[in-house]
Formats: sequence, structure tokens, C-alpha cells
Amino acid sequence: MKKLNDQMAKLTIKRLSPEEEFPDLSQHNNHMAKVLTQDMFTKLRDRATPNGFTIDGVIQTGVDNPGHPFIMTVGCVAGDEETYEVFKELLDPIIEDRHGGYKPTDKHKTDLNPDNLKGGDDLDPNYVLSSRVRTGRSIRGFCLPPHCSRGERRGVEKMSVEALDSLSGDLKGKYYALKNMTDAEQQQLIDDHFLFDKPVSPLLLASGMARDWPDGRGIWHNDTKTFLVWVNEEDHLRVISMQKGGNMKEVFNRFCTGLTKIETLFKDKGTSFMWNEHLGYVLTCPSNLGTGLRAGVHVKIPNMSKHAKFEEVLKRLRLQKRGTGGVDTAAVGGTFDISNADRLGFSEVELVQMVVDGVKLLVEMEKKLEKGQSIDDIMPAQK
Amino acid sequence: MPFGNTHNNFKLNFKVEEEYPDLTKHNNHMAKVLTKDMYAKLRDKQTPSGFTLDDVIQTGVDNPGHPFIMTVGCVAGDEESYEVFKDLLDPIISDRHSGYKPTDKHKTDLNFENLKGGDDLDPNYVLSSRVRTGRSIKGYALPPHNSRGERRAVERLSVEALNTLDGEFKGKYYPLKGMTDAEQEQLINDHFLFDKPVSPLLLGAGMARDWPDSRGIWHNDGKSFLVWVNEEDHLRVISMEKGGNMKEVFRRFCVGLRKIEETFKKHNHCFMWNEHLGYVLTCPSNLGTGLRGGVHVKLPKLSTHAKFEEILGRLRLQKRGTGGVDTASVGGVFDISNADRLGSSEVDQVQMVVDGVKLMVEMEKKLEKGEAIDGMIPAQK
Repeated sequence: MKKLNDQMAKLTIKRLSPEEEFPDLSQHNNHMAKVLTQDMFTKLRDRATPNGFTIDGVIQTGVDNPGHPFIMTVGCVAGDEETYEVFKELLDPIIEDRHGGYKPTDKHKTDLNPDNLKGGDDLDPNYVLSSRVRTGRSIRGFCLPPHCSRGERRGVEKMSVEALDSLSGDLKGKYYALKNMTDAEQQQLIDDHFLFDKPVSPLLLASGMARDWPDGRGIWHNDTKTFLVWVNEEDHLRVISMQKGGNMKEVFNRFCTGLTKIETLFKDKGTSFMWNEHLGYVLTCPSNLGTGLRAGVHVKIPNMSKHAKFEEVLKRLRLQKRGTGGVDTAAVGGTFDISNADRLGFSEVELVQMVVDGVKLLVEMEKKLEKGQSIDDIMPAQK
Repeated sequence: MPFGNTHNNFKLNFKVEEEYPDLTKHNNHMAKVLTKDMYAKLRDKQTPSGFTLDDVIQTGVDNPGHPFIMTVGCVAGDEESYEVFKDLLDPIISDRHSGYKPTDKHKTDLNFENLKGGDDLDPNYVLSSRVRTGRSIKGYALPPHNSRGERRAVERLSVEALNTLDGEFKGKYYPLKGMTDAEQEQLINDHFLFDKPVSPLLLGAGMARDWPDSRGIWHNDGKSFLVWVNEEDHLRVISMEKGGNMKEVFRRFCVGLRKIEETFKKHNHCFMWNEHLGYVLTCPSNLGTGLRGGVHVKLPKLSTHAKFEEILGRLRLQKRGTGGVDTASVGGVFDISNADRLGSSEVDQVQMVVDGVKLMVEMEKKLEKGEAIDGMIPAQK
């Protein structure tokens, strides 16, 4: 911390006493509100990261969005890589609570070797409609979306597009800047389900991630439309591999290959992704630390999803369900988005393995229930 | 927003070209004025409270504007913003306030006795009358930039001052935080309640941070004098009543404002004011008097007349729907108010409303009788 102390930006702005400045969190239900006390606030408000990110920057989204009784939001963001160090006292307990008891001394393993995945090429396409793996990456040396300047954001865009433009083979593709998009391009991207729009979620808006929209934002995808990169949305980069059907192995293969190629290209230019052996890949939202990976399928499980033990099964498999429209949506017609619940403390291979094995089991259960059979004998143990 | 630009110096590591916003698709006052050279000149400056150029312009960068409505596209974070960023704000003020020059002086006149007439607008046409303005408490940053502590101090000082009012001004404060359902329902029915801003213009400037902390509504028992605390400005002061007695509305407005200002002075506080810009508020469009005096008036015939816009222009009035600035009128009822804020006094502006509305009601009556109004078209004020 001493080294970091020397690098911290000097705070020159006059403020009132810590008691007068402490937010009212009495109506709040998010991770930040559970952890932030007056004493902690008093201590942390004198600090700023070397780039000038302060405690108010970290917590503003959580103050402005008291939360939901059922959905526990994180309520804080990082403005740069150093946030996780400078504001450790706040973020470590939040990380621990959010990531299954992950301790400040724990080490996270990264494994992007697709050969280590067993199976995953035979999920029944009558049930598994599509497969997808996504993660995020942050470019070291630049501030993150809540705090970056226009110049930094453009720098991230420029570097990313340079790297992506040098991809070849089945990864060869094209970049579509949001700013210059033609109507035709926009329509095509919407039809492909690739287009991301300016955030409307108050969680994102309150943290300043939509500033200067659409400057520096864009979408890159390969010609075959199976590998996609979002630039400067919620993270510097979001990398997505996807295709119809149940061949998660192939999706993961392409994911790992593409990611590794991009990382190599960045290294050749003297930059790298934010990563450390404790937190793994460093991203804007503490919930995405570690692998930043969400691997999932759209799967038809109308019978299983109505079963009394559905939630229990998911929990034991360390999976979560969402509607097919994304994180805040409901399922339609018994088709669910099933993905890994964990991000930190497990490797990429381990998480995708959980999805592959878990979905295979869920489909077996669905088939049994279709035949009127019981599933009690194939209930899994807690992973 | 304060957290987005807490330490401006780090951005200076990037070249001007890299940081200068892309304003090619923009149509607001800020975009018309901010050149790359001006950006280069102002980008390393900050006010004593740390407000920077990017903070001033963020709302204008994030909201490119409308082809028909010219938004301002910038805000002040504190009193000093208007000085530190003069090079940007003076031309915007000039453009927005009809050529007001950096050397011009603004006159303040809150002497209600100077208003002539205004007590006899025909209530068959004029449904309600209202005058509003804003005030900022000197020494505290403005809503785009203030900290929670500062905002709470503004609330505390304001409520202390308001609670000393008596007679026709005796009233009560309702903080948004902790409001009961019953209180909320009543305030909605009285058309007093303000809600968390949804306009991207305001959100982009950081004015909704920490909502609803330290926001609230004070009103007198007679429900004719109302103060909003920590919405778009530190204070918004409103005098209103049904019918056409603008004179009375303005009297109460001036008397109430004076009393509030005196109470603040007793506690060694005052409002932000200077002889060039008048009352200093968050949005440059509200400088000067910050006053909007208006009526809801039934003009179904006049409003469809070919010369309606022309008449309004000459009378220095503007129309809005009865739901407020972005709404359309319903059933021929319009909100008619002064267009000017800076360069004329409060009395001047309310006089224009009183005289102008009186004329328009006369015109409406003529048109009802099928008579022409050509002889009544006013000269440009």
C-alpha cells in the first residue's frame, strides 16, 4: 500500500465532514450497502487512485440504485485497475460475499486450453437451441468505462480494432463503429442479434458508463458471424463466441483460440490485459472478476422448469437461469438461458465443464419427465 | 459529473485531438461555440471546487439536440464556472439571451409596486397565474457538482429560513425521503410534487445523484407559495393561484423572496448574484431573473390564427403546453410566459406577460365575434 500511497492522486477539493458526506443507505439492499460503514467511508474518502478515482466514484451507482428485494446487485464499480487495491477494504468483503467466500489471499486460476474440456460436442440439438460463451477484457493502462476520458476510450477502440483487423482465417471480420453505422448495417446487426444499444439501465447510467455515447463504441464480428467483440460498452472489450445448436465444445474452442490470438496481438504491441493472480481478469463490475465468463445455452426444458426441484438442481449444478432476452427477462415457452453462476475461483475450463455436464443432465431429466418418469435417482450432489 | 473528472490532469496526457468531443451531429448552443482551439485553451482549467470543462459540457456532448429545440448543452457546477469558462459561456449567453454582451449590466427589480395593472385578467380565459424563479446559495456548489454534504447543508439552511416565515407564508417542509403515501398523494393532487428527473439533459449533468437525499418541497398553508429544494437548482421559488390576478401572485412572490433572502442574510448567507449576470443558476438559460411568469389561458381561436407565432414573438412571450416545457397544449389552453430572463428586470418581464396576455384575450374575444385583429397586432417589444 505504501507504493500505492505515493501514486495516489492528491485530493484538493474541499468537502464537508465524513458524517455529513456519508450516504444514507437505510433503504438500500445491495452488496455495497451491506458493507460500507461510516468508519470505512471516513477512511476511504481520503484516497484516490493514481487516476483520480474516488470512493464516491466507486459507490455512486449503489447509492443511486437502492436495489431490489430479490436481486442483490453489487452497487459499486471500478474506475481503473488500481481501484481494487486502493479500495480493498470495501471491495474485498463484497468480492467474498458475491463469489462464494473467495478470500483476499485466494489465488485464481486461468485455463483457456479448450483441449481440457471433456465432451460438450453432443448436447441434443432438439433441446439445446444455441450455445454461447462470453467474457470481458480490460486493456492495461487505460481507465475503465465509468472513469475513462474520451481520449482513453478512443485509444481503447483504436488498439482493439487494429488487433481485430489482423485476425485471419475463420476469425477474419469487420468493425462497425456505432457512430458511423449506416441504416442498412444497423438493421443487419439487429437481425443478427449483435447490436448493443446505449445503456438504459440506471445501474449503468449512474456509474457514468454512457458518457459521450456513441463515441468510441462499436461492434466487430467475423464473416461467419460466430465470433463477436463489443468495444467500449460495459467493459473495454466483451468477447463472444456463439452458434446455433448444442456444440459447446466448438464454441469454446473458437472462444479460446480467438481470445488467445487477440491477447498475443496486444502483447506484440507492448500492451496486455488487466490480470493478476488473485483476481484473475480485472473488469468494471466486481461480479465479473476472475474469468468474466458466462457460458450458456438456450434450452427447452418446459417440464423440468416446472418441477419442484428445479431451483435446487440448478443450485447444486452451480448454474443459473435467465429468460432468453437476457439477465432481467422471463423465460418464454419453457425455453431458458442456463449458464454458470460462478466467475471467480474457478477456471474457464471448469466453468464451461459445469455448463456442459449440467445441461446434459438437465436434458436427460427433461426426457425422463416427458416419459412420466421420476428424476429422483439422478439428482446431482452439490458441486 | 464530479466522479467522472475528479482529476483532470490525467486527461492532459492525451492530445487535444484525442480528447475533443465529436460534435458533428450536434445542435445545441455549446456545440455551436466550442471549437477545438477553445477546448485546447480551457481544458486544463478548473474552478476552485474542481469543476472542469468536460463537466460543463458533458450534458451537451451526451445530448446532441433536437432540430427544432435549441438546448443549451452546458451547465455551471458552481458560481465560478461562469468566470473560469467565460470564453465558452459568454458567447452562449449572448446567443441565448438576445445579444447580451459581456459588458452589459442586468437590473434586478423585485418591487412589486412597480407593476402596472395585472389584477384584472379575465378569469373566463385566464385559468391560473404563476411566477417562478431559482436561487443559489453562495458558497455551495450547484446540483451538477455538489457533494452530499453540501446538498444537505443547502437543505438545512433553506428549511431553517423557510420555517421562520409567518403570516400568509407560514408553512411546512416535506422531504422526499421518508414522505408518507398520504403526503405524497396530497402533493400530487396539488400539482406540487416533483419527481426524480428523467430527462437525459439533467441526468447527463449529474443532477440526480444520491436521489432523493436532501430533496424536498416546502409550501405555505394557503398552498399559494411553494419552494423546491435541491431539484435543478438549490431553490426554486413558486407563487401561484387560480384565476388571472397576476398582480397578487407577483406581490406574494416578491414579498416571500425578500423575506427568505433577509433570513439568509441574518445567518450570514446570501444568494449568488452579480451585476452582470444577475442571479446565478445552474443552467445558463436561467441567468438574470431566472423568472418565468406565466398563465394558463384559453385561446382556441387565436392559437390557430396565422399570426399567432408572430404576435408571441413581438410580445416577447413563448407558448408551452399546460403540462410544461415539452408538452403540447390541450383544448386550446396554452401556457403563455415571458421568453426573456437576462437583460430585463423581474418587473419588466411580468409586465410583458400582463400586457401581452391582456392583449391576446382581447384578440380572442374579437375572433370569437368573427372580427379581424389586424389593427391590434403589436409592435416588436
